[in-house]
Amino acid sequence: MNYWPLLGVAVVVLGFALRANPALVVVVAGIVSGLLAGVSIPDLLALIGNKFVASRNLLVLLLTLPTIGLLERAGLREHAQAFIGRMRSFTLARLLIAYLAMRQLLSMLGLTGIAGHPQTVRPLLAPMAEAAAEKIDPALGTDAREQVKALCAATDNTGLFFGEDVFIAFGAVLLIQGFYAQNGIDLDPRSISLWALPTAIAAFVIQSLRALRLQRRLRKDAHATH
Amino acid sequence: MLRIEYVYWLCGLLLVACAVHDLRARRHASAAFWGLLALVFLGGDAVADASKQGEVLPAQCVGIAVIVLGLIAGAGLLRRRPQSVDAAEVLWRRQSAARLGHGLFAPALVIPFGTLALSLLQPYSPWASMDRAQATLIALGLACIAATIAALWLTRAQVRDAVGETARLLDALSWAALLPMLLAMLGAVFAATGVGEAIAHLVTAVIPIESRLACLAAFAFGMLAFTVIMGNAFAAFPVMMAGIGLPLLIGQHHAHAAALGALGMLTGYCGTLLTPMAANFNIVPAALLELRDPNAVIRAQWPTALALLVVNFALLWFFSLP
Repeated sequence: MNYWPLLGVAVVVLGFALRANPALVVVVAGIVSGLLAGVSIPDLLALIGNKFVASRNLLVLLLTLPTIGLLERAGLREHAQAFIGRMRSFTLARLLIAYLAMRQLLSMLGLTGIAGHPQTVRPLLAPMAEAAAEKIDPALGTDAREQVKALCAATDNTGLFFGEDVFIAFGAVLLIQGFYAQNGIDLDPRSISLWALPTAIAAFVIQSLRALRLQRRLRKDAHATH
Repeated sequence: MLRIEYVYWLCGLLLVACAVHDLRARRHASAAFWGLLALVFLGGDAVADASKQGEVLPAQCVGIAVIVLGLIAGAGLLRRRPQSVDAAEVLWRRQSAARLGHGLFAPALVIPFGTLALSLLQPYSPWASMDRAQATLIALGLACIAATIAALWLTRAQVRDAVGETARLLDALSWAALLPMLLAMLGAVFAATGVGEAIAHLVTAVIPIESRLACLAAFAFGMLAFTVIMGNAFAAFPVMMAGIGLPLLIGQHHAHAAALGALGMLTGYCGTLLTPMAANFNIVPAALLELRDPNAVIRAQWPTALALLVVNFALLWFFSLP
């Protein structure tokens, strides 16, 4: 067993710990791991090139940018904020919990592409959440503002990850089934996706409590300063 | 018939337009960065075909381009533009928002609902012969074109404005936009060089295999740690299953296969919430939301991740083992 390629992992850990540029860290880690495994430089370049080309699908989100840019230029964020500002009953926690429920339910139905960071979080959820936080504290500080936005992104991730596994045609369920099938254990995908349900419920409860907690903290801070 | 390459070519053309925009604004490093990436998107199909026929030179050129992209990013040459706080611009946006009202939501909603509608229509449409994953991407591409046209019409903007706005957002994303592709590449290199097997080998060498708790803890911790390293639970699953799950938990301790598989994967997802290696979920959103701390999303997620880790481990302990 050749343990030397593990140094590639060490490069990643060290690079992130030293706060080097992640893009450079990843490239260097790939080269280190390849060379230590005894892959020749021409073969390594071809491997890197081929895999990079094969993962172009990950950058298709680029195509959402013209729409988002144009709408932001025409005041999308300002409108989303004004809209939430007018609705008295729509608090920060209710907004985040409603989004979480929607994201999780849609993911459970296999509709994962319907929301996401470029499609819904940046243009819609984040400005609405900011406006809801400003209703609590009109003089919202930069740190608190960034925490609110970061929790929006976290809510989207949590809803997606712990919803999609309940959908039987989702990649992860098929990966699990396929792995077992190769090793002589035949399972119905439904029996696998059923086991994702308790964690899905726990994720909803935990993330909802965290949204409520952030709201309570913002209220306390607003009281303390005024 | 629509092919996925058309979507990639469209991405390439958009990147070319942004590179030209950056060049005009005398942002040479950004122009070189996006221009180089544009070449990969425009020529990617040809590179893949050449590799299939045993011609490796084009792929090697892409390999060199990837290293150059890493160096441009690592040298700190991609500067973000200062966010404009021009009062006149803000006032103009407020007036525009008041005039257009809820209409502004419409083009934004065309993207998700258009993608959904086109994917549902997929069995009856010209791209029916595609596999499912690609059909969704093609649907996304078409929906984005429709949304851009709707946004241009609604806001009475010029195509030039659309390019300028895209270049602005791309510069805000900066190298983070590239990170998901680079990490996919790294995952493949790790897989090709046997990093996974080496880790599984190390883990099984140190645990007392007769203890059910030790095996389960090693499996759960291995899923978490390996996902943190690879940025992807899918990469961790086969390695930990082959190393610990199948031989020890199912083979020796008679674990329930369906529960072990599902909960093991979900334990890996807790790792995804914790790692900068899962760039498209953790680092790209921080850049998209223009947060100062690139790890802000991870900071917002770790309490959820740890709580769910405890839940998953408890479920594994009570339900997967007889």
